[in-house]
Amino acid sequence: MSDTDKAGAPRTDPIQSGTFTRPINAEIRRAAATGIYDIRGGGAKRKVPHFDDLLFLGASMSRYPLEGYREKCDTDVTLGTRYAKNPIRLDIPVTIAGMSFGALSGPAKEALGRGATLAGTSTTTGDGGMTPEELGHSDKLVYQYLPSRYGMNPRDLRRADAIEIVVGQGAKPGGGGMLLGQKISDRVAGMRNLPAGIDQRSACRHPDWTGPDDLEIKILELREITGWQVPIYVKIGGARPYFDTTLAVKAGADVVVLDGMQGGTAASQDVFIEHVGQPTLACIHGAVQALRDLGMHREVQLIVSGGIRTGADVAKAMALGADAVAIGTAALIALGDNDPKWEADYQALGTTAGAYDDWHEGRDPAGITTQDPALMARLDPVEGGRRLNNYLRVLTLEAQTIARACGKSHLHNLEPEDLCALTIEAAAMARVPLSGTDWIPGQTL
Amino acid sequence: MQVIDLATMPLRDMNATLQAQGAETNQRAWEIANPRGAHAIAVGLDAPIAVRVAGSTGYYCAGMNQQAEITVTGSAGPGVAENMMSGKVVIEGDASQYAGATGHGGLLVIRGNAASRCGISMKGIDIVVEGNVGHMSAFMAQSGRLVVCGDAGDALGDSLYEARLYVRGSVRSLGADCIEKEMRAEHLAELEELLSAAGSDAVAGDFRRYGSARQLYHFNIDNAY
Repeated sequence: MSDTDKAGAPRTDPIQSGTFTRPINAEIRRAAATGIYDIRGGGAKRKVPHFDDLLFLGASMSRYPLEGYREKCDTDVTLGTRYAKNPIRLDIPVTIAGMSFGALSGPAKEALGRGATLAGTSTTTGDGGMTPEELGHSDKLVYQYLPSRYGMNPRDLRRADAIEIVVGQGAKPGGGGMLLGQKISDRVAGMRNLPAGIDQRSACRHPDWTGPDDLEIKILELREITGWQVPIYVKIGGARPYFDTTLAVKAGADVVVLDGMQGGTAASQDVFIEHVGQPTLACIHGAVQALRDLGMHREVQLIVSGGIRTGADVAKAMALGADAVAIGTAALIALGDNDPKWEADYQALGTTAGAYDDWHEGRDPAGITTQDPALMARLDPVEGGRRLNNYLRVLTLEAQTIARACGKSHLHNLEPEDLCALTIEAAAMARVPLSGTDWIPGQTL
Repeated sequence: MQVIDLATMPLRDMNATLQAQGAETNQRAWEIANPRGAHAIAVGLDAPIAVRVAGSTGYYCAGMNQQAEITVTGSAGPGVAENMMSGKVVIEGDASQYAGATGHGGLLVIRGNAASRCGISMKGIDIVVEGNVGHMSAFMAQSGRLVVCGDAGDALGDSLYEARLYVRGSVRSLGADCIEKEMRAEHLAELEELLSAAGSDAVAGDFRRYGSARQLYHFNIDNAY
């Protein structure tokens, strides 16, 4: 198009709306054509304040570092020390978050178990129950207790190393889930006591309790069934972290799992994922403060999840007060999710590597979020486990590198004082000073 | 008869004692005295023993039961026999909310009434209620049978999957996707069997059958409102 009109006068540049952007307009057209909202997997894709907005200060005249390769910097963590006779001891403070069989393939669950075991950490079941693949390859397995109770049985409950009562999920606090019929194979259906091929709803709240007073009794029941042997975690979505953590502790949790809005889901409405819940960074301080106010920080352990990608993220979460972190999406990427080597297949699905999120459709080129035998065969669980172990080791090494630079002989010794924030928003959320200042928004200088 | 007095024995010891009974135990008859509404009584049992709870219980009595036959002589609090796998649980009085929730198997008999959400998300359990059931009973019920000898409250069988519901009295309203269905000979036969197993003298021919219309089995925007 010419820069001038027919009369030779300069044209006004076409200006795309900042409100009605191309993606928004495309979504309006899609909604108008189909009459159905967009469902997808993953967590919030919008850019929100995150760990990237924090920096470590490192050593200085007043802080001396530890030698980067030689001096001891421990990474172990023990979870469930409050009531359980058998707390879980992990070599590294990075665990694998709950992901369901049904959403994921059997080989993917096996690979997660293999990788976690090689790295000395735990993995977690998900909606749909416990599979032989993960039980057989997970040295430490956390059994999720979900509203749907798909596959729930006392035998598996007693075989688990910990129980995680799922109250909420960062991707959709207050929401349930839907495993669409195309992923409901005979095996998945059998584990869930439902016919094959039909959509399966996972309820948004538990069928036999409501509220923290009931939860306290539910925890009592689970402890009585399991002989008070194993830790009981309570997983909350990033909604009201101070109050939710307080109530979880009051109900008797050994461990609180806090999942921010970047945490993934197998399938939810895009509008839910992007518009409900808070960023992980904004949630940690509230949860830690709740534990401190109760005198329970480090007594009840805090696991943070939602957008953990690097050892720096691990270290920052721990410096803000977490005892450990959990990874889900990153673990799947380590296995091969969204790998550019499948770009042709992604293109055929109308997307591209890195953006593929239609996990609910069961056509995952990487063979991870599918029940299609041919696609599942693309993932070698042994190789996947090796890759996940490598990745977990890198996360740990990176976190150790940072901790040593801060003079810390254990990752748990990292503290908010080691951090500053690059933005006012991050400073306000994480409650650490804005870089170059002593200012924490909301606090009097 | 082995007697455990909850006035003197802690809950933990009581459950541990019952849970320690194996298939070969010769101590097959137990009584729990003075339950006094305690929660989580006789949970996680897995042996062919009979347990009589002499009184009323709090939440989750007989939770996740396997094999055992548990009788509560009084009334039961919320979530009685939740996630039961097998065995039999009998409540001589009334049952509170969520009776038999998510149960996978076994038989739950309630001689009195059951409150709301009886049989919610049931996954194979059979439930016979000699009295009435409250609203939202059999919500998202997946499989198994719910028999109501009295009346059913609002929204019976909402979002039902494959569970079969039998009601002798009135149904205040049916939930989404729940419809009345033809009572055929095989249904009369299974209902007679259930009533007999529950010790009820109700007549199968007096009941109506309800089940899923199966219109919600695949997500459709027209069903979203």
